[in-house]
Amino acid sequence: MTGLAMAAALIAAPSFAAPAADAPDPAADLKAFQKYFRDKFPKVKFEDFVNGPYSMDEGLYRQWKEKEEFPPYEFALDLGKELMAKPFGNGKTLADCFPNKGVGIRQDYPYFDTEQGKVVTLELAVNQCREANGEPPYSYVKDEMAAVTAYMAFTSRGKPFDVKIPDDPRALAAYENGKRYFYTRRGQLNFSCATCHVQSPGERIRAEVLAPALGILNAMPIYRSEWSGMGTTSRRFTSCNSQVRGVPLKPQDEDYRDLEYYLSYVSNGLPISGPGARP
Amino acid sequence: MPRSILACAAALLLTAVAAPARAAEAAFKAAYASAEAANAEAGKLRNQWTTAVAALAAAKKAAEAGDFDKATSEARKSEQLSRAAIFQADEQKTNWKLMEIR
Ligand code: HEC
Repeated sequence: MTGLAMAAALIAAPSFAAPAADAPDPAADLKAFQKYFRDKFPKVKFEDFVNGPYSMDEGLYRQWKEKEEFPPYEFALDLGKELMAKPFGNGKTLADCFPNKGVGIRQDYPYFDTEQGKVVTLELAVNQCREANGEPPYSYVKDEMAAVTAYMAFTSRGKPFDVKIPDDPRALAAYENGKRYFYTRRGQLNFSCATCHVQSPGERIRAEVLAPALGILNAMPIYRSEWSGMGTTSRRFTSCNSQVRGVPLKPQDEDYRDLEYYLSYVSNGLPISGPGARP
Repeated sequence: MPRSILACAAALLLTAVAAPARAAEAAFKAAYASAEAANAEAGKLRNQWTTAVAALAAAKKAAEAGDFDKATSEARKSEQLSRAAIFQADEQKTNWKLMEIR
């Protein structure tokens, strides 16, 4: 579709009056969000929503079970474990920056840091730690970052997402901004995240089965054959933006961190299952 | 004298050829400036389209190769796409709520 045709289509669409702005209520959002997916997929067990596309399709589910026997992310786990313990130039380690040395804590991220006044994701926390210790930051999309977050996810498997929104208007604003980003249509295809992951999970786009938005971050980071390697949450967000012909934001941009905050919060209660392996 | 007349004629001929080329270049420059401005505005709204950015790059490349007609048409296409992106971003400022799960 050309830009003009697109604009014409947008103008021609009947302009519904947007619902009146009501007071933000994350707890009510969470309830409605989880109910939507349970009702839409009554046969999927609640805990299985964390397996992305695999929860949507029995054939795929079997493939996934087979994959888990020889997981392609195994080398990333070994590397991640090593990097957590490897001394920086100053003798400290990545593990030193995290509660419990970074073991079994994935479910608590992202969190709203009241001192910094912003959402801190696990990926951001890793690089903040490195930079505070005089080390260069990792690339946000793959390699070492994917390896350390894979290791932290693996040691947290089974622990339910426990993302908190503190009693701070800035935290609530970040949550609302993330929600706005999730539902906003963008790119030449005029799709929001919700068009694919709320309205169409289980459907196929080319060869891929769309994952449901509920539990969509629990398996991150993931190994994908198409990437022939691991990718982080940052990598997935940017590639999903490009798919709709929108220019992605920079990894860990404020909008992306807020988006992750929103999506993780509404998946509270669902167990961490990362790292994941995808076809 | 005849020689200077010849020179004059040659000079006239040259300008006659050069003038449309300069006009094409000027048209490109104007189209490119508008396209760049629209792209920057879409960027401020955090909603650039990859297709608009690609057309802008194609316009630049064609201009560098001296093909100002193609360059102008790519620049105009880019601007149209960015205008649509700006429209979309403005329209979604409130309408994102239509899709929210409630
Ligand atoms: C055009 C449809 C489309 C849109 C729009 C889209 N995605 Fe995706 N997304 C995909 C496809 C295709 C995949 C790969 C198959 C799958 O896992 O769903 C994917 C995968 C993902 C995954 C990994 C899921 C997993 O378990 O492997 C995440 C996370 C994700 N998308 C988040 C988002 C976010 C956030 C947005 C909005 C910024 C978004 N997507 C917009 C198509 C889309």
